[in-house]
Amino acid sequence: MEFTEIVQTLRDTHGEDILSVEPDVGDAWVEVPAELWPEVALSLRDDNRLGFDFLNCVSGVDYLEPDPKKVAKVDWEPHIEVVYHLSSLRLGHRLTLKIIVPRWRDDAAGQLPQVPSVAGVWSTADWHEREVYDLVGVEFTGHPDMRRILCPEDWEGHPLRKDYEMPLEYHGIRGR
Amino acid sequence: MTTAQTIEIDVRTDEMLVNMGPQHPSTHGVLRLVLRTDGEVVSEVMPHIGYLHRCAEKIGENLTARQWVPYTDRMDYLAGMNMNLGWALAVEKLMDYQVPERGRHLRVIIAELGRIASHLVGMGAYGLDLGTFSPFLYAFREREKILDLFEEVCGARLTYSYLTVGGATADFPPGWLEKCEAFLDQFVPVIDEYHALLTTNAIFIKRTAGVGLLSAEMAIDYGCTGPVLRGSGVDYDLRRDGEPIYTSMYEGYDYEVICQRAGHYPKDQEYPPVPIEAVLGDCWHRFYVRMLEVVQAIGLVRQAMAKYRASDGSFGEPMKLNQKLPKGEVYLETESPRGQMGFGLVSNGTAIPWRARARSSCFCNLSVVSELCRGCLIADVPAIVGSLDIVMGEIDR
Repeated sequence: MEFTEIVQTLRDTHGEDILSVEPDVGDAWVEVPAELWPEVALSLRDDNRLGFDFLNCVSGVDYLEPDPKKVAKVDWEPHIEVVYHLSSLRLGHRLTLKIIVPRWRDDAAGQLPQVPSVAGVWSTADWHEREVYDLVGVEFTGHPDMRRILCPEDWEGHPLRKDYEMPLEYHGIRGR
Repeated sequence: MTTAQTIEIDVRTDEMLVNMGPQHPSTHGVLRLVLRTDGEVVSEVMPHIGYLHRCAEKIGENLTARQWVPYTDRMDYLAGMNMNLGWALAVEKLMDYQVPERGRHLRVIIAELGRIASHLVGMGAYGLDLGTFSPFLYAFREREKILDLFEEVCGARLTYSYLTVGGATADFPPGWLEKCEAFLDQFVPVIDEYHALLTTNAIFIKRTAGVGLLSAEMAIDYGCTGPVLRGSGVDYDLRRDGEPIYTSMYEGYDYEVICQRAGHYPKDQEYPPVPIEAVLGDCWHRFYVRMLEVVQAIGLVRQAMAKYRASDGSFGEPMKLNQKLPKGEVYLETESPRGQMGFGLVSNGTAIPWRARARSSCFCNLSVVSELCRGCLIADVPAIVGSLDIVMGEIDR
């Protein structure tokens, strides 16, 4: 199935809130509002025409320009994107899907933004969502085991955030 | 399974938590498994990873695309060439750049030699996991020869950074192809030794056949890839089913995806038969797929050498270190020896990526371990973990 057909199939079932972006360079993607994500995920997997049985990857991208001199040059507001790469082994097509959330929930620093977990739809998401939580700082609601996975459990902060600062010291080990 | 159940009924003891690793030699690096055991029977396995986390993705946000290449071969350090290739292709996909034909065949030669070297370690180390030391030495004997070949093209034996954005850092030195050919001629008969040492070894079959059953549905659900997925009978290989920029590399090559179809592996009359105890999706099949891929890779290297000789022009000069990237985002997966290695890249138009992402194949392959080990014996845990052929450097990044 071509990208436009996939988008149309999703729109037919879930309405016009599903946006598609086709840039000149690189992969095209679909944007899904966080609250629609659980049902969209189910129909992506279970709809016979879509058949996305395989979740390749979940990644988080932080959009924040830490350098105050460059802030004026960027054309976006600070936000976080959770990116899902899906493919269908049966039908052989691929899809990139994004969920855009604010950097902090209710703009309160320290309150992690929330995205519904899809670990129940694709088991791959279990560890990948933990990794995104650990490194980028997105909380996946409904995840069976939302713990850090790569960093130690008592680590502070989320290293792949653009404003992350390396701790000076961790259990007596010099950080810098 | 019947033995496991008998023991469970006969000697039921208190539950115990046993730590396996992070230093345990059969855990392929620093993997820590916490086993909940009831006598000899494992009821739960909880993997703890991250001991080798080196923030590779964060480093990628601070270097230019070509400068990150050396960091990629430190991910899966047993298949550094294939990691370099994955990242190089992802960047080339963003730049919409096609490597010249000669460079394409050069890459196939290198990538498939890397696959052989990696599967040899996988095979030898698997023998170690199961308590037999000699296959390891036999495997390393041949692997050394591949490393010698690699050393000659790029100077390094482990962390190559040879395939890079734009092509490769150098062309093959004079006389290299002949040496490579001599190696292959010598290597083909050696494979029978491996089959005698492990594949058809009665003890090896007893330890691996019917152990750690992974169904095709579960493999897909957990995102398992590579030999782990094909060992469960799923006919999927990115060299054939991947994105055009990657599959075009293998265009015109004659090979068949190694996986059991209708009870048969491709050309299986040439290999030892599948033992009757083996069930599709068990440790033995995963091992067998790797062994057949070694033979397949030899064929691919031979074809690639012929094509390389027949083509002329550039081998693909590397791009400038500070080459500006176009604004955009890409994600590309390639078939590395351990599975589908994905590299993602978000660029804001400068030379330094805004975000560099590495999707590890072993990360997903390992996540299925708690399902596979449920209800098995403690001694089977190394057999199952070893059959997944994980490299912690890639999992923790």
